[in-house]
Amino acid sequence: MIRYAARRIALMVPTLLGVAFLTFFMLRVIPGDIVEVKLRADGGHVTEEILHRERARLGLDQPLPVQFGEWMKGLVTLDLGNSMWTGRPVKEEIGARIGLTLQVAVMAAIISVLIAIPLGTISALFRDTWVDYVVRIFTIAGLAVPSFWLGMMTILMLLTVFHWSPPVTYTSFFDDPLQNMAQLIWPALAVGYRYAAVVARMVRSSIVEVMREDYIRTARAKGVFERLVVSRHAMRNALLPAITVIGLEFAFLVGGLVVTEQVFNLNGIGRLFVEAISRNDFVLIQALVMLLALVFVSMNLVIDMLYGVLDPRVRYG
Amino acid sequence: MTRQDVSRRAVLTILGLGALPNAVLAQGTPQRGGTLTFAVAAEPPTYDLHQTSTFAVMHRVAPHYSTLLCYEPGNYPNIVGDVATSWEIAPDLLTYTFRLRPNVRFHDGTILTSEDVRASYQRMVTPVPPVTSNRQPAFEQIASIETPDPLTVVFRMKQVDASILDTFASPWNSIFSAARLAQDPNFPVRNIMGTGPFRFVEHVAGSHWVGQRFDGYFREGRPYLDGFRAITMSPSAMVNALSGRQIMAEFRGFTPNERDLIVRALGDEARVQESSWMLHMIMTINNEKPPFNDARVRRALSLALDRWGGSASLKRISQLGEVGGMVRPGSEWSATPAEMEKWPGYGRNMAANRAEARRLLKEAGVENLTLTLMNRNHQPYVTAGIFVVDQLRQIGVRAEHQQVELAAWYAAQGSGNFEVMIDSFTQFSDDPTNVLVKYISFDRAEIAVARATDRELDALFDAQAKEIDKAKRKQIVRQFEARAMAEAHAVPILWWQRIAVMNSRVRGWSMAPTHMIYQDLRDVWLAPEKS
Amino acid sequence: MSVTVRAVPASAPLRRRNPVLAFIVAQPLGAAGLLVILAMGTAAIFAAVIAPYDPEAIDFLAMLQPPSWAHPFGTDAFGRDILTRIIYGARTALTIGFFSSFLGCTLGGLLGTASAYFGGVVDLVIQRFVDVILSFPIIVLALVVLAVMGKTSVGGIDVNLIFAIAIPIIPRAARVIRAAALSVRAMPYMDAARAGGYSSGYIILRHMAPNVLAPFLILLTAYVAQAILLEASLSFLGLGVSEPKPAWGLMLAGDSSNFYREAPWMILFPGLAISLAVFAFNLFGDSLRDWFDPKFHS
Repeated sequence: MIRYAARRIALMVPTLLGVAFLTFFMLRVIPGDIVEVKLRADGGHVTEEILHRERARLGLDQPLPVQFGEWMKGLVTLDLGNSMWTGRPVKEEIGARIGLTLQVAVMAAIISVLIAIPLGTISALFRDTWVDYVVRIFTIAGLAVPSFWLGMMTILMLLTVFHWSPPVTYTSFFDDPLQNMAQLIWPALAVGYRYAAVVARMVRSSIVEVMREDYIRTARAKGVFERLVVSRHAMRNALLPAITVIGLEFAFLVGGLVVTEQVFNLNGIGRLFVEAISRNDFVLIQALVMLLALVFVSMNLVIDMLYGVLDPRVRYG
Repeated sequence: MTRQDVSRRAVLTILGLGALPNAVLAQGTPQRGGTLTFAVAAEPPTYDLHQTSTFAVMHRVAPHYSTLLCYEPGNYPNIVGDVATSWEIAPDLLTYTFRLRPNVRFHDGTILTSEDVRASYQRMVTPVPPVTSNRQPAFEQIASIETPDPLTVVFRMKQVDASILDTFASPWNSIFSAARLAQDPNFPVRNIMGTGPFRFVEHVAGSHWVGQRFDGYFREGRPYLDGFRAITMSPSAMVNALSGRQIMAEFRGFTPNERDLIVRALGDEARVQESSWMLHMIMTINNEKPPFNDARVRRALSLALDRWGGSASLKRISQLGEVGGMVRPGSEWSATPAEMEKWPGYGRNMAANRAEARRLLKEAGVENLTLTLMNRNHQPYVTAGIFVVDQLRQIGVRAEHQQVELAAWYAAQGSGNFEVMIDSFTQFSDDPTNVLVKYISFDRAEIAVARATDRELDALFDAQAKEIDKAKRKQIVRQFEARAMAEAHAVPILWWQRIAVMNSRVRGWSMAPTHMIYQDLRDVWLAPEKS
Repeated sequence: MSVTVRAVPASAPLRRRNPVLAFIVAQPLGAAGLLVILAMGTAAIFAAVIAPYDPEAIDFLAMLQPPSWAHPFGTDAFGRDILTRIIYGARTALTIGFFSSFLGCTLGGLLGTASAYFGGVVDLVIQRFVDVILSFPIIVLALVVLAVMGKTSVGGIDVNLIFAIAIPIIPRAARVIRAAALSVRAMPYMDAARAGGYSSGYIILRHMAPNVLAPFLILLTAYVAQAILLEASLSFLGLGVSEPKPAWGLMLAGDSSNFYREAPWMILFPGLAISLAVFAFNLFGDSLRDWFDPKFHS
């Protein structure tokens, strides 16, 4: 198990290196740079020479391999550099926002599990009846409705029905849980619906699959109550694919909140990313892409490890 | 409540600019105390006013600093002293001598002297790397800065500059401590230490910026506020935040629709102030790209725009507002509507304009012209773009609208890799030198991005810059506009309207046609909450 | 953007004489989805005939009108008819959705098949590449690709947008097709073919391609739905289709985010259009999968 884990972690290195390489060189092809946005915005009147000087200060005049080397050196020593827009350490910029994004993602995950597991199970048990059809339509709709639109409709509904709009400034959960929830529950619901739909579909199909397996038939033939069969055997084995999906979707969500954060005016990682892109803040974009890739790759690793713990049939070679 | 009710109520709360020159006094007796929370739409790229031109810095940093001169609150564009008590101008207009107030303290307790003024201005006139200065071109005519005694500063000019007093009153020309600059020329980039009414407390990236009353401020009894808190949020969130009384103000401006929403939510607790804005939308035509090197083609594009009709409708849905020339409509330098109607594309008869446009295109041999219209993907630029595409279509020109990210847009602008673009221009004053620079030859000013060479315009520009007689200067400005409109290297589309909406508890703040001035908050106070 | 497809031989659905009728009987939900897709496709093709107004022309006399007989879905801030823009928007959505899904699934399919057939170093290299691309969050990848390539449209079609949406699809399709192709590769007739001295190209075309066709079709349908969603998100962020071209995601952005509180029809109908299209493709894709999967016919 430990050897397997070590090998898996070692395999992460080339993947992350590939992401780094691709990101770095793709970004250098983008037309325009942050210096112009910074100095020419709002009618700024600056000469070419000033632009050159600022570029030199940010190290943008160095040859690309040198810049890449510098960045890699920084990554290894966990120094992500400074944002080219604010000049503050990227670590601080991300640190100030990651809490919010993670909280929304975790809340969405909880919502999705609470909805998806009972719904998926019911749907599987009543397969091909009207119950199943209703649940399936509900879940397919969850995949179809854009979460940012759902967010806009939610705000609209709160405004027209309750004449109330969620608070716009972030309060930490530990300072004022109520205020915090009043702001973040809505985006969590908006993305949670889609999340729940994905998980429910997975739960349904894996239960359907498991129910067909021989040992379930044996259990049934033995006269054990159907409900018990479901809860004991089927649920446990159906859990694995569900966990996979929950984990993968969580990793996606951290990056996928980009649009929803925009709608709810959340100061999270997604908005930081969109802003960084619009200004060509290379240092920040690179750091964010690496962070999101790391979350994704580690989530995969965790899922694989969990398989080993939950399912004794899985052997690590 | 219907739309009409809303606007009627809004009108009641409008303080017309100029209608009430003493608006500040008309708001009751100022009271001490309270924290003003207001919204700012973007994060500041630096803390250093010398090295930026974005309001994102101005709105947060202005309360911490003083300037040599400033615009008189409630009486724009009259200029008064800030840390200067008086000034003398030599008869040859080449020497400016300022007397400083004796009791001006920095937030660290030190006293401001002429050396601080000299060091700060020198930093902008001749920045030494790594310092950069956004102000350098405005100071071209300054030859030297002298400090005969601790309370006297003397500026000597190379040439007469008709705009120099506006430059001394510029909100960007903050005064730093000479001692701090000597230790680190880039000290103000990351640190705040000035003589303004508020001292700096903290800045949390992406979240907020906090200032606290400076008890040693040189104006007796000011500021009124205990402090301020600037919160970063998107424009759409500001509407909700103001409506929900989570913030009390925003100092840039809202769209008419946003104004109505806030007024509907706050009722008479909303205060609306409207003005024209020193900010205008420009259709910039790349003179280096055929067929746009042909003045007939450029004039045809300008003729296609129904500015009067567009203004009437677009000002209901966006921040676009009045029809104007190259200086702000309504300012002392502006042309009258009758004068404007003589320019191509400003005539009221659109059928005639469009026929003329088609004729010009035919004459130039480009009847079925297609072009790319470069634009950024923000409001109200997109609105202007949609309008221009529609107008061009009516003279048979097909425009492909390309909305790109800000950085890509600046790249296209800087490299000249565009055909026609939606550009904009803003300055802190109406002074013609400040604004007409956008329309002169490219080799004279890098911001004249139409990439034209027009020596006649350059000559007119130089002539007005030196002309001290206002009437004569205005005459030259008219000539400049007539020439620039006919050549149409770049033409104004519409000017913006500034709609400031705040909670009526906010008092003592002065509305102006620019969002860059009156932001030091020294006279702002909070009326008690209604029970 | 997760689509799960089992690798199955493409034999199951050919049992009845009329496959269309059989599909409708066995998969009524899928048939309903298909019907919606066909209706939208027809609307897209004949937009110029069906739509009551010009989708791009400004009409200042009709600004922000609520739904009425003249404008069933209301008008936007420029007085443009929302129904018309939704009908033309179907053209944008379906074109971009189909082409990016097709491009992504085809490139992914080729990579996956090559990976499975050749194995060894080829497989290893392709799989690392797939890992790398998969590690980028989808929207982030599309954002970066669009920022790099800029916006270019050829003949009114946003080519770069199609590329940007196709790229995240490639590794996902490659994974699924590789798995499908691997199961075929293990079949005895493949060895026979190889022993018979047939060229790799022939074997791939003759034996592998038909067997990965079913998962390919299922993927194609499912990713059209995902591509439509992604296009809507990108356009909403101002990175997709440019105004004044009608596109559903774009109709939710810009002025709509300013006006939707008092003109809710501006966001209601475009949002419903996106949801309905994606819903239909998902429904159809799901049923297609069940239909091809022999287990569901037992």
